[in-house]
Amino acid sequence: MGHHSSGKNYINEEPGLLSWFTSLDHKRIAILYFVSVMTFFLVGGIMALLLRLELFAPNTTANVGQVLKNGDVYNQVLTYHGAIMVFMVIIPGIPAILGNFFLPLQIGAKDVAFPRLNLASWYVLMLGATLAILTFFNSKIDTGWTFYTPYSIRTGSSVVMMVVAAFIMGMSSILTGLNFIVTVHKLRAPGMSMFRMPLFTWAIYSTAILQVLATPVLGITLLLLVMERTFGVGIFDPKLGGDPVLFQHFFWFYSHPAVYIMILPAMGVVSELITTYSKKTIFGYTAIAYSSIGIAAVSFFVWGHHMFVSGQSEVAGIIFSFLTMLVGVPTAIKMFNWLATLYKGSIQFSAPMLFALGFLFLFAIGGVTGIMLAVTAIDVHFHDTYFVVAHFHYVMVGGTLMAIMGGFFHWFPKMFGKMYNETTAIASWVFIFIGFNVTFFPQFILGAKGMPRRYFDYVLEYEQLNKISTMGSWLITIGFLIGLYTIIRGLTSGAKAPDNPWGAKTLEWQTSSPPIMHNFDHDPVVTAGPYEYK
Amino acid sequence: MSTSRLVNGVEVASHYRDEKHQYASNKEGIWLFMVTEILMFGGLFVGYILFHSLYPEMFAEGASFLDWKLGFINTLVLIFSSLTMALGIYFNQVGQPKKATWALAITILCGAIFMVIKYFEYTHKFHMGIFPGKFLDPAMMAEYGHTVQNSNLGLYFGFYFCMSGLHGLHVLIGMGLITWVMIKNIKGDFNPKYYTPIEGVGIFWHIVDLIWIFLFPLLYLVG
Amino acid sequence: MAILMLLVNKAMAGTFMPPQATEISKQVDNLYGFLLVVSFISCVILIGGMIYFVVKYKRKTANDKTAYITHDTRLEVLWSVIPLIIFLLVFGWGWVLYHDMRTMPKDALEINITGKQWAWTAEYKNGVKATEVVVPVNKDVKLVLGSEDVIHSFYIPSFRIKQDAVPGRYSALWFNSQKLGEFHVFCTEYCGTSHSGMITKLKVVSQEDFNKWLIEESEVGTLPLAQRGAKYFQTRACASCHNVDSAAVKIGPSLYQRWGKEGSNADGSKYTFDENHVRESILLPQAQLTAGYPQPSPMPSFQGQLSESELTALIEYIKGLN
Repeated sequence: MGHHSSGKNYINEEPGLLSWFTSLDHKRIAILYFVSVMTFFLVGGIMALLLRLELFAPNTTANVGQVLKNGDVYNQVLTYHGAIMVFMVIIPGIPAILGNFFLPLQIGAKDVAFPRLNLASWYVLMLGATLAILTFFNSKIDTGWTFYTPYSIRTGSSVVMMVVAAFIMGMSSILTGLNFIVTVHKLRAPGMSMFRMPLFTWAIYSTAILQVLATPVLGITLLLLVMERTFGVGIFDPKLGGDPVLFQHFFWFYSHPAVYIMILPAMGVVSELITTYSKKTIFGYTAIAYSSIGIAAVSFFVWGHHMFVSGQSEVAGIIFSFLTMLVGVPTAIKMFNWLATLYKGSIQFSAPMLFALGFLFLFAIGGVTGIMLAVTAIDVHFHDTYFVVAHFHYVMVGGTLMAIMGGFFHWFPKMFGKMYNETTAIASWVFIFIGFNVTFFPQFILGAKGMPRRYFDYVLEYEQLNKISTMGSWLITIGFLIGLYTIIRGLTSGAKAPDNPWGAKTLEWQTSSPPIMHNFDHDPVVTAGPYEYK
Repeated sequence: MSTSRLVNGVEVASHYRDEKHQYASNKEGIWLFMVTEILMFGGLFVGYILFHSLYPEMFAEGASFLDWKLGFINTLVLIFSSLTMALGIYFNQVGQPKKATWALAITILCGAIFMVIKYFEYTHKFHMGIFPGKFLDPAMMAEYGHTVQNSNLGLYFGFYFCMSGLHGLHVLIGMGLITWVMIKNIKGDFNPKYYTPIEGVGIFWHIVDLIWIFLFPLLYLVG
Repeated sequence: MAILMLLVNKAMAGTFMPPQATEISKQVDNLYGFLLVVSFISCVILIGGMIYFVVKYKRKTANDKTAYITHDTRLEVLWSVIPLIIFLLVFGWGWVLYHDMRTMPKDALEINITGKQWAWTAEYKNGVKATEVVVPVNKDVKLVLGSEDVIHSFYIPSFRIKQDAVPGRYSALWFNSQKLGEFHVFCTEYCGTSHSGMITKLKVVSQEDFNKWLIEESEVGTLPLAQRGAKYFQTRACASCHNVDSAAVKIGPSLYQRWGKEGSNADGSKYTFDENHVRESILLPQAQLTAGYPQPSPMPSFQGQLSESELTALIEYIKGLN
């Protein structure tokens, strides 16, 4: 294994920009996802900045403190921010970019099981995304990303188009998941038993199961919503004898597992980063692997915790609260295992490690506040307030986005064969980490004080905390801009990367940087677990 | 990466060890896809059952507009087509591609019969003013001697058209896929060692038939 | 621990939480305080442990040897079981409280609350309608919630309770305020354009004041026409979209000094702002759309909801805004 004398790799093997759009190579498809998802992230991020700017001050009189024209515009920006970030950034984020690139490499495969389907998934996502973006020019939707009925039936915006877009993007997610499951089942290198797989692969695998099992229900829910809007059949519309709360049940049956579609891959990335930069085998490998599957399994039975005050029965509330507590356990297990991995390690303060440690910090806060929200009596007060907004941003942004950034810097040398600048990468981390806490910690207090979410305007007593929160969003912006700069500088003038700059043990580091078209010169044969730092 | 090579007379993509490896992977992929199909229809069935328990009389009234005989004929047609589909695969396994072509052709024909009957059922309903949801026209139905008893009868037909329509769409897609494998078969692309596409399409077709076997009693016989 | 919780509770009620106006709100804060303390300790263990380890085991040389520890069953059981016990404890505690919140007291004062984009209407047993909810202190009050259009949610932060108002069914919540005063009521289920404007006040008054208020409100019928109109203008929440004291535009056109003036519709036609125009605009808001405003108009139709005398009173009031 190792150096490929000809200097050919997956980037330069096929010439021309156009070849990227027809390539069936999983690494190239990962890059396609990378470029498109980052573009969406930019759009969704600008929306978030606009929302925060609007909330910088209450709209005391007609136009003071108003950045967005009126409540309708605010609601639209809010909806696009949510829909873009959920369906187009966080769900495809880690699985489709890092998963596509590294899952086959980590198990010693030449590609995913169905390369054509893999490319098709990207095109399907693009089709859905295009439709979603087109609604912006048709009539902007204002339902919030959750499309709650009956509001979504009544509002005069292009809900049907957006819902069809989400349906199509869901299909892309299903196909990606299906591809990964078969890849893991069938394409592992000789000796690569399931329990020798790296934990990142385990996480992507658990996620893939969720994608395949949960997303079809989203599909049918959205289809029923389209039926309701176009034909008025009376499934969700109370005026026609339908039940609007049924939509919430259907929606969260998908969207709660989807929350784990967003976070499990991040946990996988963090496992890789912590062991690599501690130069130490992961503590409790089996527990972490099983807890991924455990979280995936229980996540199908907790959807009702989004609905404690929706009018569902008290018994239902209690059961869902109980089951939600059970999800807390495997999550706690992972946290302690990562902590124990640090013990007696050799810890390197590189940018990816800082992102991983940042993940632990933020996810700890996101986790304990999650437990608070799972307690029925407390959730009654916190439900649909900024406390919830703060909680899921700690988990989704503080968790998943930190992991994306960390994972990206970690694998940057492998993906592009160049090194990034450590100093600017760390600067990016400092701004994102501090900015994140400045932005979202005050939102816990805002929520506890009762400020509801999705508010265009607020009563005066919430002003100070909102101001702090908005200023934090500027720090995050600076952080991401520095991150972007680091990536561009790395790509244009980074030093040539060695095959294994971090001394990592998993298979992807055994091939050249960047990898050759077929991943490995010689088919790898695996004889040990993934983290044998002896 | 799309390079492939011949292993045991079968074209095998380079990331697979051999033709058996490729076959097993493809088959698992197809089955997983079928799981998502069943889950998607499963969501519809859950909705149907919920509303059926809420409005049993309305569902019975709705079902009374369906001709169970037509539904039954369609059920027989699909069951028969499942058999011919299975034969199409079998004849390929034993190296009789000509017979396989015939079996596939009959399967397509069965699909077509199913769709023609569906077409007549649909147009008959449209003619009588039976449409899903708010488009249901009680006045027009009254002209044909039907007084609508339940005001939200449109919901039943919402489910009827949604479920049978989505199923019909699958039948059409299935017919297209069978035509595709039949053409490949005529061209001689398959042999006893390699017939994965036929088998994949076959699994799809069986699942589509299976869904109909659940749809038929739910829609036609609930009264 | 108990003292710490008490302190947390005191600190919270003042600065980090809204005032505690009911017994339930105190109990919720107790549980929340407990969770905060436990969470703080867990975070200290996790984050503190992390910081301690990364400082202590900082990489010294590139060839550091690390310990090879794959797992430790005792530890793993410990950190699975302890969180589980804590989770079950707070789950049970939450359950007890939740049960109290959801069990409606008998003999409570019942008030019907209806949500409508974007205002709440409270209806009392004697027929009084109000946009602000007035309740007596130290009395069990049950609110029966309904909605006319989309889902809303009735939230009183100081009482730590909320409940969705779902169209097509009733839901309920109850409270017993021990404090006099005015409390915020927010809509917490996203409901469109003025979701954030769907705010009202809950006034807790003494029993005598409450009785007095009820009688006064029910006597509105004997007031002069324009004053009655002013009342209805408030109770029907017209004021949430129409300004009456300046020409500034809220969501709909301002009514200040409009009477008798000419106006133009979006289709170019002209109208005079007179009795019949106002009447039609209230009953059929989509019939004439003033240029420069959203189409269709977000204004709900009041057809069948206002009596002739109520309409006349409203028109008389608008007339007087000149």
